Order: sequence, then C-alpha cells, then structure tokens
Amino acid sequence: MFDFDKWNEIFETLSKNKLRTFLTGFSVFWGIFMLVILLGAGNGLQNGVTKMFQQDAINTIWVFPGTTNMAYQGYKSGRRIQFQNADYDYIKKLDGTEYTSARFSVRNSYATFGNKGAAFQIDAVYPDNNYIENCIQVSGRYINENDVKEMRKVTSIGMGVVNELYKDVDPIGTYINLNGIPFKVIGVYTETTPNEEMRCYIPISTGQRVFAYNNRLENVQMTTGDLSLDETKALAEEIRENYALTHHFDPADRRAMYIQNNIEQYQEVLDIMTGIKIFILIIGAGTIVAGMVGVSNIMTIVVKERTKEIGVRKALGATPFSIVTMVLQESVFVTAFAGYIGLLAGIALLEFIGPYIQSDFFVNPEVDVNIALGTTIVLIIAGSLAGFFPSRRAAKIKPIAALRDE
Amino acid sequence: MIQLKNVQKSYPVGGGSLPVLKGIDLTINEGEMVSIMGSSGSGKSTLLNILGILDDFDSGEYYLDGKLIDHISEKHAAFLRNSFIGFVFQSFNLIPFKNALENVALPLYYKGVNRKKRNVIALEYLEKVGLKEWAEHMPSELSGGQKQRIAIARALITNPKVILADEPTGALDSVTSYEVMDLLKQVNKEGMTVIIVTHEKDISEMTQRLINLHDGKIISEPILV
Repeated sequence: MFDFDKWNEIFETLSKNKLRTFLTGFSVFWGIFMLVILLGAGNGLQNGVTKMFQQDAINTIWVFPGTTNMAYQGYKSGRRIQFQNADYDYIKKLDGTEYTSARFSVRNSYATFGNKGAAFQIDAVYPDNNYIENCIQVSGRYINENDVKEMRKVTSIGMGVVNELYKDVDPIGTYINLNGIPFKVIGVYTETTPNEEMRCYIPISTGQRVFAYNNRLENVQMTTGDLSLDETKALAEEIRENYALTHHFDPADRRAMYIQNNIEQYQEVLDIMTGIKIFILIIGAGTIVAGMVGVSNIMTIVVKERTKEIGVRKALGATPFSIVTMVLQESVFVTAFAGYIGLLAGIALLEFIGPYIQSDFFVNPEVDVNIALGTTIVLIIAGSLAGFFPSRRAAKIKPIAALRDE
Repeated sequence: MIQLKNVQKSYPVGGGSLPVLKGIDLTINEGEMVSIMGSSGSGKSTLLNILGILDDFDSGEYYLDGKLIDHISEKHAAFLRNSFIGFVFQSFNLIPFKNALENVALPLYYKGVNRKKRNVIALEYLEKVGLKEWAEHMPSELSGGQKQRIAIARALITNPKVILADEPTGALDSVTSYEVMDLLKQVNKEGMTVIIVTHEKDISEMTQRLINLHDGKIISEPILV
C-alpha cells in the first residue's frame, strides 16, 4: 500500500507547484476553519444558555400568591392571598413533586459578625431548597430535617457573606448575628451568580418562630423530577385548583396566584437552541458542499492544466491506474493536510479568542473534537470524490490529443 | 521489427466516418532508420500513433517485435510503450517542473526502478547525449536543441526496440536540427530501429528509407542509401 516512490513523486509535484497546491489547500482550510468557528460559536451560545439555567434547578415550579381580581364566593376582589404551612404540606404530599420547599425573606434584614455588618438577605427555607437553588456546598453542611424539626438557630451562608464579614476566620462553628439574633454557622455554599451568594439560609421553622412569621409563607417551590412539559403543566393546574379551593378564589382569576414553570421557559429556550443547531447544521453542510465544489473545481482545472504532462506520462508508460492514483493521492493528501491545519487553526482561535468574548449568553465556545474530526474526514472523503472524476477523465486522456501542438 | 498488414483506421465525423488510413502494408526491419513523409491530412500522425500504441485501429494486423498488437488493454499498452517504444516529440514535452535528470529518469519510474538506481542510469544517458553537466537544470533553462537531446535520452533510457520521433526537428533551426539528426543516426548505428515523421526533405534524406504517405495510403517507399 505505502509506495514510498509514489509519495516522493507526489511531494515533488506538490512542492514544485506551490501556487496550485496552496489554492487547493486554502479552499479546504477555509471550509474546515469556518466550520470549526461556526460549531464553536453554536456551542458557546448553548453553553451560555445552559449556564444561565444552571443557577437553579431546571425542572422547578415556583408558586407565588397574588391579589384577587374577581369577586368570588362572597369575597370581594382586591383581596391579598397569604400562603401558609398547610399550602406547603399539600405540595409535599402531591404526586409528581420531587423536592419541595417554601420560604419567606426576613424584612429589613442585616447580618453582623464581630465588628463588621451589612445588609444581607435572610431566607427561611426547607432543606430541599438546596436542590431547588442548586447551591454548591463549600464546607460544612446544609440545613437538614432535624434543624427544621428542632427549630435550631443555625444558618448556611453564601461565599459573598463570608467574603464581606469573615477575614482569615473559618466561619464554620462561629455565631453570626442575623437581625441581632445569633445563629450558628453550619455551612458555606457558592452559587453560579454572585447575588445569590449574598444570602443566609435558616430553617423555616426557626425563622417563623424567631421573626414572628407564625405559619405564614411567601412562596412555595418544587422540582418535578422527570415529568414531561405537559405533565408539569397539568401539575401546575392541579395546584392552582387546590389553592383556589382552600383560599377561596376563582380558578380563572389569574392574578390571585402566579405559577412560574421553569421547565416551560427551559423548553422554549431548548426549542430556540434546536433552531440554532439546525441553522448551524445547514450552514455547516453548506460550507462542506462549498469546500467540495471548491476542491472539485480546482482539481478539474489542475487536470486540464496537466493534460500535456499526463499525456507525456502515458506515452512514457504510465498506466491509467497510476494516473488516477497520482491525481487522487495528491488531492487526498492536500485535502487532509489543509483540513487538519484548518481544524487546528479553528480550535486555536476558539481557545485564544474565546475567553475574551464571554458574556451571559456566550460561554466557552468550544468544539467537540470528534465532531470536528468527523467533518474533516467527511471533507477528505468528499475531496477525494471530488478529485476522482477529474482524475478519471485525466486517465482517459489520449496522449495524442494531449501532445498535439495546436 | 514492425509489420503492418492492411491496417485501416477511420474517425467518426458527424453521422458518418472519415477514413484516415486506407490499408497500410508496411515492414520495418530491426536496425533500420526510416522516415515517413506526407502532407498534412495524409495520415502520418495517425500512423505514428498506431505504431506507438497510443491509438487503436479498425482492421488489419500490427506486429511489434513479432507480437500481435490488437485490442490490448490500456494497462498492457502502457507496459508495451514503456518497454518497447521511445518517443521523441516536436515540442520536446519535457515535464516543466522536473529537472533534466528527473525527466530522463521518468520512464524508469513507471518501470518500477527505484529512485537511486534510476538516477544513476539517467546520468549515464545524459552523458551519452552530452548533457551530463546540465542534469540539475530545469527545462526552461535549456535551449531547444538541448531539450530535444534530453528528450532523446529519455526515449532511450528504457532501452526500447523502436524510437518513434514525431517531427523531432520541427521546432529547431537547421544547425541544431542536424545535431539532433546526428544523434539519432548514432543511436541507429548502435542497432536501434528509428522511425522519424517529418515534412522536411533534407531531414528525410538522412534516413535509409523514405515512406511517402498520401491520402491514407503508401504511394512509394524509395530506399535512399
């Protein structure tokens, strides 16, 4: 298979016809280069969106109370709906929910440690909030069932709080004053977005007792496991109807209660991403086709330009097969080499430029090396196919016609 | 060496066909040096192509070195050209991006001789045509006479049975023409069969036999020496 002499002949031909080699190679290089950039940009967009949604669990439903807008069962419109512990208990028992929590934020909250203090959000939550907010534990632990059951005065604080109040002190085990009341720090967490790190989470029961919220809640949340979009919509409707019954509002009253179904939003974004992917795929396919046409064009011109040379070679004893393989091997080699360089250049550009163009919607433009290699191989095969027909025509050249002087 | 029996060839033109060779009977013996003359359209190029196995013919028989050449595959034709026939062309047809040595060595590449060996042989043949010190030069750096001598070296390198020269002096002035003819005569003297197609009378007179072609037929074959 490996014919050293033949490759030698090919390298010689290529290196002595630099412009031709360059032009053939460049169209392939450019095709692959653009394809890699395109795929990278598409992935960057997707990574950005995915990261935005990673802030919280994707499959969450948040339920907020509102103010009625319709008179119902003898109640006037304009009545404020107040969630209570019973509303959480209902969610917890509901079929289809996975993790559930409820919360309220302490008003005019602030936290102090030692001689430092600042306004931080204090949120009273259930342990499952950990999964709903996608908190990442840095040290210690999160609030657990026993903390809630025994109304322990403990708190899990964000890195933002640690950075502001603690200097060279391990916060675990220290007592932090939340609105003047000391809480023991049991854990530190981080989040992907900085403002969600500026919080102190405390057990819901403790919060209701210490800050006199009794059994009131501001909102309830749940994750829906692997329910489909339609199933989560049905679940949300079920919750609305139950709450309408217990809180005496018209289920058709859309302002009495708000349901934020993240999976619905996520689905919309996923649909957009699918659209973008299809778009990139079409452009990518177009790029490959353009590359193929380019290679095939150049090969046709090359064969025409070499008609005389091929005629001479045939007169000197070149078989048709050796002519086909000569032209083909040249085209495959140039395509493969230029394609590989294009691949490297594209990846290098993404690597070096990528970090400078990060934004909320554009993160880590990267390319799946397998996909990139795959497309390069496709282009090489396409290039050889594109080179095949001109080379076959070359093999059919009659030396007489080629050598005619007119 | 070469024997043609009633060889006919016609080219398709429009709906019908145009007869170019209308029955050629020709014998060329080993070691002969003959010239083929004829006006344009007489069929001399077609005859040369058939002799060089570059084209096939419609009917008749062609024996080259005693072997019948008839409807052979392209691959076999390539092999026969490589081992039996050396071509010399009017416009030299050296490969422009190869130097003199590589051009001379090219037929050996197709014969499967390795690079080192074929370059050694090529240098021998360059010496034979008096251009050893031009081995590294590109064709564009050589004069017409030098190019043709390199082409002759290339034709000789596989040690063929027949040299087919198509207007070998057509692109040269008379002084270099004679030099090239002297070289061909010397080759012939060493035992090689040489066939020259030409339309120059003085060139044809340097050969041993003249084959006059007219309208696809041989009209006379005077022996000159």
